[in-house]
Amino acid sequence: MGATITEKIFSSKCRREIRAGSVVMVPVDGAMIHDITGPLAIQKFYEMGGKQVFDRKRIIMLFDHQVPADSIEAAMNHVYMRKFAAEQDIHNYDVCEGVCHQIVMEKGHAAPGEIIVGADSHTCMYGAAGAFGTGIGSTDMGFVLKFGALYFRVPESIRAQVSGTFRHRVGAKDLILSIAADIGADGATYKAIEFAGPTIEALDMPGRMTCCNMAIEMGAKTGIIAPDDVTWEYMTKRRAGTRPFPLASDPDATYAEQRSYDVNRLEPQVATPHNVDQGVPVGTVAGTHIDQVFIGSCTNGRFEDFAEAAEVLGTRKFSANVRVIIIPSSREEYLKTLRAGLIERFVAAGALVGAPSCGPCMGGAFGLLAPGEVSLSTSNRNFRGRQGSTEAEVYLCSPATAAASAISGEITDPREV
Amino acid sequence: MRVWKFGDNIDTDAIIPGRFLTIYDEKELAKHAFEGTRDDFAALVKDGDVIVACRNFGCGSSREHAPLALKGAGVRVILAKSFARIFFRNAINVGLLPLVSPDTDLMKDGSPIVVREREGKIVVGGREYSVEPVPEFMYHIVEAAGLVGYAKELKEAPVCTKSRR
Ligand code: SF4
Repeated sequence: MGATITEKIFSSKCRREIRAGSVVMVPVDGAMIHDITGPLAIQKFYEMGGKQVFDRKRIIMLFDHQVPADSIEAAMNHVYMRKFAAEQDIHNYDVCEGVCHQIVMEKGHAAPGEIIVGADSHTCMYGAAGAFGTGIGSTDMGFVLKFGALYFRVPESIRAQVSGTFRHRVGAKDLILSIAADIGADGATYKAIEFAGPTIEALDMPGRMTCCNMAIEMGAKTGIIAPDDVTWEYMTKRRAGTRPFPLASDPDATYAEQRSYDVNRLEPQVATPHNVDQGVPVGTVAGTHIDQVFIGSCTNGRFEDFAEAAEVLGTRKFSANVRVIIIPSSREEYLKTLRAGLIERFVAAGALVGAPSCGPCMGGAFGLLAPGEVSLSTSNRNFRGRQGSTEAEVYLCSPATAAASAISGEITDPREV
Repeated sequence: MRVWKFGDNIDTDAIIPGRFLTIYDEKELAKHAFEGTRDDFAALVKDGDVIVACRNFGCGSSREHAPLALKGAGVRVILAKSFARIFFRNAINVGLLPLVSPDTDLMKDGSPIVVREREGKIVVGGREYSVEPVPEFMYHIVEAAGLVGYAKELKEAPVCTKSRR
């Protein structure tokens, strides 16, 4: 009987055959902590009697949610983590590199076949690199910091088979919003979502990251894509000594469910308040008034996303009635966008461009919404209160739809501007 | 001890909004539990009260602040038709007991509730319901007041490469 890619990763770690449903204590290849969940994880590490972390080189530490510190408490958390990094001799990316998941990917901290845990739910994004990435809480992370291992229930997989070619100004974000609407907010709880098929194979790394990033929005433990030439090319550039090896689900692997999607007729999608699985074709909500547009986050804050937005913008200006906030997800993505001249175009068009961070995505730092306000965002969550007031509304969409809407001041089909 | 009734997909932003995440003290967090979503909760919740919800309770972020806020509020048991994965683990890790029951639709807000988890039974408003059994190791963690107590006893992790069990 064949195995899924997830079962293969766990089997190879345990050096014996492991099937979905087994509960195993597995060594992890990497552990990521940031400024929100890190302090508590460190505290738990100490409470568990921790003195020295399991392997200082396998810990990825950075600050992204509240940077530069937006409150005295945030500044104190940063100080606490810096002290820990110094004490344990852990490299700390600190406030200047960008959003955690983007950093893990671009610095080559996640590779095919590895198991990476992060004290952040969107850790599932590393599946784009063929790694098993999953989000854990701070106490679990305290355990990992001490022991370098964690209990896992090996998940069953849902295979999402995607075929077809995207139409003009339709892409990965529209696909994943439509998949979320289909599977539902808890349709993949405890499971892995394996994205496959010709459309996925044709996606570039940023597009794959967008898809895997949002697996958690269906309750999944991870999203994963079997490594191929695209993955290996990305990895070779980012981790010295990378050697490709075969890693994919067997044709006769057992799945909890198989679903097929055809993108040939897919329309730009918008997730309506207050759940990610409430996606509709953009036409359904076209004309909805918006107060703020956010283009950024670990879901859609890469150069390719800004290029897509800039292409829609052309030589126009953003609406004077909309606050347009653009935040690259990392220093590297910022530089690429800057060198291509896009930052200048956005600023000239009326946008506010911020330094790499989570920005308004989590609603903890800046860019918050007042009661009654409406935001259109390229991030991954539109829960009530996610970006400020519980009486505000958040819609989610692609960078193209965000740009088109920012020009007109209302939700707009990017194919109509 | 009463039921605090909630619906489907109660997310971690509703349990504890992002702006309170610089707080780590459970009593302080408890003051903001469900702020903006259900403001009477923090004001009126009593020790031993039970949260009863429908599908996918605790979906969203990995913030442990969410179960901590509820623990700080005196909640010990959460009953739902299903839980989001990370929340479920976090709840156990901080010493809360997440119990699964298919019958939460029948339970009303404000009803008196008694939980006898070891017997797999709960009594709400005089009516008895059964809950899905909890794996034994979960009790060990919950009884050690969370994963911390459990981990303190451990010299090294019993990883799969070493043990064959
Ligand atoms: S950008 Fe948003 S979703 Fe991504 S890590 Fe930051 S807060 Fe979380």
